[in-house]
Amino acid sequence: MPSKRVITGAAAIQEAIDQSMAKDPNVFVVGEGVPDPKGVFGTTVGLREKFGKNRVWDMPLSENAMTGAAIGAAISGMKPILVHQRLDFALLSLDQIINNAAKWFYMFGGQQSVPLVIRMVIGHGWGQGAQHSQNLQALFAHIPGLKVVMPSQPADAKGLLIASIQDPNPVIFLEHRWIHSAVGDVPKKFYTTPIGKANITHKGSDITIVSSSYMALESLRAAQLLAKLGISAEVIDLRTISPLDETSIFRSVRKTGRLLVVDSAWTNGGIAGEIITRVVTKDMSILKAMPARIGLPNMPTPSSPGLTKYYYPNLETIMKSVCDVLRKDASSIKKIIAEDPSLQSVPHDVPNASYMGPF
Amino acid sequence: MEGGHSEKMYEMLLRIRMVEERIGELYAEQQMRCPVHLSIGQEAVAAGVCEALGKKDTVMSGHRAHAHYLAKGGNLKKMVAEIYGRETGCCMGRGGSMHLVDLRANFIGSTPIVGGTIPIAMGLVWAAKMKKEKQVSVIFLGEGTTEEGVFHESLNFAALHNLRVLFVCENNLYSVYTPLKERQSNRPRTGIAKANGLYADVGDGNKALEVYEKTQKALQHIRSDRGPAFLEFSTYRWREHCGPNYDNALGYRTEEEFELWKKTDPLVQLEKAGKFTEEYTVSVRSRLDKEIAEAFAFAKKSPYPKKSEINPRLSYAE
Repeated sequence: MPSKRVITGAAAIQEAIDQSMAKDPNVFVVGEGVPDPKGVFGTTVGLREKFGKNRVWDMPLSENAMTGAAIGAAISGMKPILVHQRLDFALLSLDQIINNAAKWFYMFGGQQSVPLVIRMVIGHGWGQGAQHSQNLQALFAHIPGLKVVMPSQPADAKGLLIASIQDPNPVIFLEHRWIHSAVGDVPKKFYTTPIGKANITHKGSDITIVSSSYMALESLRAAQLLAKLGISAEVIDLRTISPLDETSIFRSVRKTGRLLVVDSAWTNGGIAGEIITRVVTKDMSILKAMPARIGLPNMPTPSSPGLTKYYYPNLETIMKSVCDVLRKDASSIKKIIAEDPSLQSVPHDVPNASYMGPF
Repeated sequence: MEGGHSEKMYEMLLRIRMVEERIGELYAEQQMRCPVHLSIGQEAVAAGVCEALGKKDTVMSGHRAHAHYLAKGGNLKKMVAEIYGRETGCCMGRGGSMHLVDLRANFIGSTPIVGGTIPIAMGLVWAAKMKKEKQVSVIFLGEGTTEEGVFHESLNFAALHNLRVLFVCENNLYSVYTPLKERQSNRPRTGIAKANGLYADVGDGNKALEVYEKTQKALQHIRSDRGPAFLEFSTYRWREHCGPNYDNALGYRTEEEFELWKKTDPLVQLEKAGKFTEEYTVSVRSRLDKEIAEAFAFAKKSPYPKKSEINPRLSYAE
């Protein structure tokens, strides 16, 4: 067995780009601040020094034109990785993403594909507010022609980013800001994690919790603590939002008979509703209880920690919702969380105790 | 002027005119079931610019693209079949008139979101720069496009990295029914290009020879790596914005204005400038008549795409 190597999600993403660029001379990376000293939360540090200006580009604050330019490069045989430090900035490029990148392959009769990866950082906490943390996976998943990837584990972040770069289609790669600082065992070698395949991160038999990105980590912690209540929860980390791994979801729900979907976005028109619909409309008889979903309240994200503590769902919300579905007593949840040594003294608006801001 | 260019431009200009007129004649049959934006009156810009290009140079365009596609050497039969929605069309019936492509002719694509193809055309030569290739990318746009943010963003990036882009603006004075003076302040668009560091010039878009010569000069500038260029050619759309008819009766422009522009018909002007014999022009017309009749017959007898083509998997490349 090779020895384990624990690194952060940010380092895993940097390594995926580094190794992809070393393997394939057509891969290049561009984005506001990509070659700057901070290197997009550490995910692009050292790349310009290694690969030069002709492959590692900074760019003007022209999100729409640069997305089009990346599409033009992609149909010319290049494999661009376009980076946005916030998903919210990429909204200026929706014309190019939706009208062109997503449709180019189909509408021109399958003659030119667009092998483009657009990395967008999504978020949670530290007062990011209404325009610096939106989780718009449902918006992109609605568009045929786009693939939407949302890893939670560092090893998946690396493998899925390499797979996204190799994919001949445009891939929206959503990185939760709190995944950057999450740590995990990440193989050093060059490898891919298949797009469109979910991962069962916790086996269980009483209920299926379907989640993704940072909320998949919270769901995993919830499942571990729920064992103390005698509840066996199965956690599915979707990893890809589009195409959705319906097979894995359905197989698990058939086994457990209960379904809770935990999303990092608003519930209205969201992925959680889509997943529940697919299960219910395929075979309602496999459900022993009413399915449930957790998401954000349908309102813009506030900044104040005094408000966000009521806004974001968390470990406790997930555990309570599981108890509701199972009609189990939830009164000891607070105590179980309070007694867990790994969960002590981390404020609700940061990913870990060492996180000090500013962004 | 080198021998043959006038004839080639004349034949292309006339070909575009005749194709567009045929679309206009047959549109009422209701077999072309998609919007069409005809280029009649504006053909000299396409013919003049493309005559100055090399085979490897690429062209992209917007919603009014028939002329650009044909002038770059796009396959006529496949264009007509596409407008007829047939499986033999250049997009297999998935695109219609507003999505034309012929990669063999290096016509990379046209789309109808105003400004949508500008940055893509720029991206083609951004990639070329990374791959150390030398071709020029031409993007045709209307004057309305210069109101879009993406136009300004693209001028800046093209100049910043000295990309081999030629922006060709056809100023036909109207965005649908809205005149230029209701949309833009009274300033030249060449000023915008110059402020971004581009070579810029204006010309008479109804004089094919002038378009050709101005394009050659701009291409010399670009090919010597002195930076991208912007050319604006004044011209006029004869028919309605979208569709086969004349629409002056709507009152958004005057009959007098229309007649004035018609007197500058690019076809008549080139005929005179080229001093072509009647024998020559008659023989060209008869040859084109035959070619166009064949293209429409080909389109009409081609089958529609199959039902199995409605399959979500086709949204993605394997």
